[in-house]
Amino acid sequence: MLRRLHSLPGLFAGLLVALIALTGAILSVEPALERAGISQSTNAPMTVADFAAVVQTRFPEAERILRKASGQIVVYSFDGDVPRADIVDPVTAEPLADYVPSDFTRWVTDLHRSLLLGEWGRAASGVGAAVMVLMTLSGAAMVAARMGGWKAFFGRVRGTGRQRWHVQLARFAVAGLLLSAATGAYMSLTNFDFVPDGLDTEPEFPMTVDGGAPMAVDQIAALKAVDMVALRELSFPYASDPTDVYTLTTATGMGFIDQATGETLSWLDNNTARQIYEFVFMLHTGQGLWWLALILGAGAVTVPVLAATGALVWWARRRATPQIKGNGAAQMADTIILVGTEGNSTWGFARTLHQELTAKGNVVHVTAMNQVASGYKRAERLFVLTATYGDGTAPASASQFTARLSSLAMAPVPVSVLGFGDRQFPQFCKFAKDVAAAFAAKGWPVLVPLETIDRQSAQEFARWGEAVGAALGNPMVLAHVPVLPKTVTLRLADREDYGAELQSPAAILRFVAGDGVIAASGLRGVWQRFRGQGLPAYAPGDLVGILPPDSTLPRFYSLASGRKDGTLEICVRKQPGGLCSGALMAMQVGDTIEGFVKPNPTFRPAHGHAPVILIGAGTGIGPLAGFIRDNRGKRPMHLYFGARDPQWDFLYQLQLLGWLADNRLTRLTTAFSRVAARAYVQDRLREDQVHLRELIAKGAQIIVCGGRDMGLGVAAALDEVLAPMGLSAVKLRAGGRYVEDVY
Amino acid sequence: MKTELSLIAVAAALALPGLAEARPITVTTELDNYGGRGAYLAVYVTDAAGAYQGTLYVAGRKSRYFRHLSDWARAGGSAADGSTGASVGSGRTLTVSVDLADALFDAGYEIHVDVAVEDMRDSPSDAVVPLTTTGAGQPVAGRSYVQSLRYDM
Repeated sequence: MLRRLHSLPGLFAGLLVALIALTGAILSVEPALERAGISQSTNAPMTVADFAAVVQTRFPEAERILRKASGQIVVYSFDGDVPRADIVDPVTAEPLADYVPSDFTRWVTDLHRSLLLGEWGRAASGVGAAVMVLMTLSGAAMVAARMGGWKAFFGRVRGTGRQRWHVQLARFAVAGLLLSAATGAYMSLTNFDFVPDGLDTEPEFPMTVDGGAPMAVDQIAALKAVDMVALRELSFPYASDPTDVYTLTTATGMGFIDQATGETLSWLDNNTARQIYEFVFMLHTGQGLWWLALILGAGAVTVPVLAATGALVWWARRRATPQIKGNGAAQMADTIILVGTEGNSTWGFARTLHQELTAKGNVVHVTAMNQVASGYKRAERLFVLTATYGDGTAPASASQFTARLSSLAMAPVPVSVLGFGDRQFPQFCKFAKDVAAAFAAKGWPVLVPLETIDRQSAQEFARWGEAVGAALGNPMVLAHVPVLPKTVTLRLADREDYGAELQSPAAILRFVAGDGVIAASGLRGVWQRFRGQGLPAYAPGDLVGILPPDSTLPRFYSLASGRKDGTLEICVRKQPGGLCSGALMAMQVGDTIEGFVKPNPTFRPAHGHAPVILIGAGTGIGPLAGFIRDNRGKRPMHLYFGARDPQWDFLYQLQLLGWLADNRLTRLTTAFSRVAARAYVQDRLREDQVHLRELIAKGAQIIVCGGRDMGLGVAAALDEVLAPMGLSAVKLRAGGRYVEDVY
Repeated sequence: MKTELSLIAVAAALALPGLAEARPITVTTELDNYGGRGAYLAVYVTDAAGAYQGTLYVAGRKSRYFRHLSDWARAGGSAADGSTGASVGSGRTLTVSVDLADALFDAGYEIHVDVAVEDMRDSPSDAVVPLTTTGAGQPVAGRSYVQSLRYDM
């Protein structure tokens, strides 16, 4: 609901809002420029009476003095028959320049407030401001939901590049944008008289005046009582008309002054509506508040980028929206599959399950969890495939499910819940567990117990499929093929081999782009990527999906290098019977293979200078080595590395020694399991516990990479190490201080 | 380009002083190329003493800005007295057709035009032309925005 409230108006009004924001950003520099042009030399107080006298000596036919919010003073006068408008010195009234409002500013202002389309344009602009208010509020609520609460609003952003850009920029700009949009909407409402602005009230024009000889302007009491800082406007009486009056407008009100007696004839204080209008006008335009204008302008500049990244995020989600071929009718189906997803990736798994069950002769109906019917007449079994959103809540397509489940009126059938998630998140598959518990509480039997899928693992999904097939007494094969991004051709440039003597060969492989284009830095690099040349952008810790020949199922490897290193580097160990690792290990220099980069933004050192504890075993050293290589800021990095035998599989040995020497690596601790003093990396963690606790106390982040068993062992060892501090791996993970990539 | 506005308006106040005979006139106000936003104009009639008699036409839709047409507004001018229309752009011409009572001619009555433009000067009584039977077709120059003001019978 929140998402729809955000994306629909964004899509419809994105261009409009971007145009209004960009023009607003251009206008935002005006107050600062205007202020910079004013001499700030003297600040001695001066009364309006004294200044008006100075003006009259310089401009005998002065008509009006205007003091702008910036402090700039404009004098309107006649020089014989020629009307003049001068910017004058605020003390001496010496004319400094002709006052000619810029055509460009006027054009941008008109574009900003009316799109150059008159009153209809003004209405559109007002609607744009209202849309912007809606977008900032709904967007802020979405960020809060995504981060797990308002308290975590400024926490670390996870997600794809465009999502992170969108959220980062929006968090930076949201307060300013809300202020600009809300004040803009208010000004539009006053323009169309929906809200009063109090501008049309004036004091009563005096019917009678003294009519005597005019007093010298610097003797007029009513003008002597007002300091120049409070002046807005002073109009002189017509020279030829003894019945005319001075018209004085100040910050607080407006009145008419008798030119013969110097007394105020009538005065009207600004009403509340006008005070509000003037305050809002100042906030919106920054006139008189040049620094605020610059802040608001900086916020406004982000809007076109927000519109573009928002559209891209929407499009990626849209493209992933399901098309289920041959979906069975709800009330005819014997098998129901309910899908709960935030990013739509779960639909792909549902489609695979649908295909396989349909092929086995079932009538299968797939629908979103929010679309669940009040009953299914012919259903014999029910599957729920669901992700979890943020801090353990229902994903978008299941947000209404809990309420709908209680009104589900049908005889219980065997149900099987499958959760999708990412073990990096503390509330891994929490919503799936809640759903399973809710069915159990209603007394529904279990077809296959709750199972979880980590990071869309096709292998785990296939295993679950075997269990379901066994339960149904009808073996099935779930070969899930995710929609793959476009691949690039990778050419092997170099390889370092290890461990052949251990019957467990491993290698560091370095690839270059198949088209031979070497990644350039800076703008040329951006241009290359724009043209699809060379390798896509990546950094150590990101993943490369490798498609082995004759396979559509990618295997993911953590990257040990970034694009700026010029090569794409991975560590591979040959798995017994492994299709992909076998193909990679068989590659000769010059051979090519297809792959694509998948961002993995959570798996990398957090920004800052806090120490980093890197823990890896075997080929898991790859991304950790990449992090150390990139550690040009020389923050403390402590590596715990486990392997079998220092003689045969000490990956990156020479590089690590070099990084120790130039302080990119602070300390290297190794553990080898196939030597006399056999030890595992978790043993070293226990031995080093005092030192580790010191590092954690300094805010250190822990990054783990290796096999799943090793990951479990490390987590258990760290729990022991952290227990005296009242911490655990789970607690550190919740704060983003424990990240792992285990396989 | 010319903005042509054809109006047949007989304002009650201008049928003064109670005589039935009236004649159609056309008031033409040509604006300078002052290079700003559309101008607000008030075209109105005063008597020999300068007292407001009635409004022929007000250009500009927003009544909140009418106070910048200050001679007209302070004299008690009201848009309800005459016809209204959109503001008039830089360099354009406003043509107003009205029926005026015969008694208004050669009796000291004058046509005034007040002009105001956003972010520029207010120009009350920018142009003034006396209503005489011989003065028809004789253009007079304005002070700030009005290139020429004339009326034709």
